[in-house]
Amino acid sequence: MPHDHHDHPHSLLPSDPALRVKALETILTRKGLVDPAALDVILETYEKKVGPHLGAQVVARAWSDPQFLAALRTDAAGALADMGISGRQGEHVVAVENTPEVHNMVVCTLCSCYPWPLLGIPPAWYKSDAYRARAVREPRKVLAEFGVTLPEGQKVRVWDSTAEVRYLVIPMRPEGTDGLDDAALAALVTRDSMIGTGLPGRPA
Amino acid sequence: MTEDALAPFDEPWQAQLFALTVALSEAGRFSWAEWTESFGATLKEHGRARPLDGQGDYWNAWLVTLEGLLARTGMAAREEADRFRALWEAAYLSTPHGQPVRIAG
Repeated sequence: MPHDHHDHPHSLLPSDPALRVKALETILTRKGLVDPAALDVILETYEKKVGPHLGAQVVARAWSDPQFLAALRTDAAGALADMGISGRQGEHVVAVENTPEVHNMVVCTLCSCYPWPLLGIPPAWYKSDAYRARAVREPRKVLAEFGVTLPEGQKVRVWDSTAEVRYLVIPMRPEGTDGLDDAALAALVTRDSMIGTGLPGRPA
Repeated sequence: MTEDALAPFDEPWQAQLFALTVALSEAGRFSWAEWTESFGATLKEHGRARPLDGQGDYWNAWLVTLEGLLARTGMAAREEADRFRALWEAAYLSTPHGQPVRIAG
């Protein structure tokens, strides 16, 4: 309900959901069930710090550092912790690597489980019924809508995330990137390429 | 990808709601598996009328789920949530524009 009267007598009334959230927050903090400081840390983290740039750093390192890739395969949590990335709900991150034979794609058919610590909050399409329902049933069609056409011989494997297991796709390293350092490599890694609905960029 | 396309939340209350839910789970009030199960059930129910768009629909379902979970466990009864919502609404309507909005207590 936005209005522009400069001399309006009262404060702008927030939307219905905003008021309901404020109500819950008041009740829970007054009862001591949540700590307002903890809330602030979570807000700051997800609004400002966490995002696909972190996942891109992981993928770039996996491309350039075979030892890191090996660690990522055997103990992803440990390898990520070494980079200062850790999960919040004790969830387990599994890295799935694309190869010429297999292209990986991630969905959450239950709700919207997603590797938050690596990619932040999922995009709207990931949370939509359309994607959640169709990714498993007709992945190639969905990929085509994202502008991705895979070679005939490359299979598509769809991973269904859960509260406990979250997947990160490691796309194939693009050709012509031999001389690039990790920062330049990370710049090629798009969010969608780590969900499996896109491919990494190519060097200019 | 533009910055806009990557903005994690469309409205501040969605971020508050998200943080509140994660904070409750981290404080051990419910497990994340309990959360996803309840949330999945709400999404399924809401999706029967029409396919959910993953934006407004999604956060609305999230809010309904949290309200339900808190009511079931007694952490925030319906009546309590309604009362505090009304208190906030009244506070906004009675606080002169530009001044901080507070509720008593």
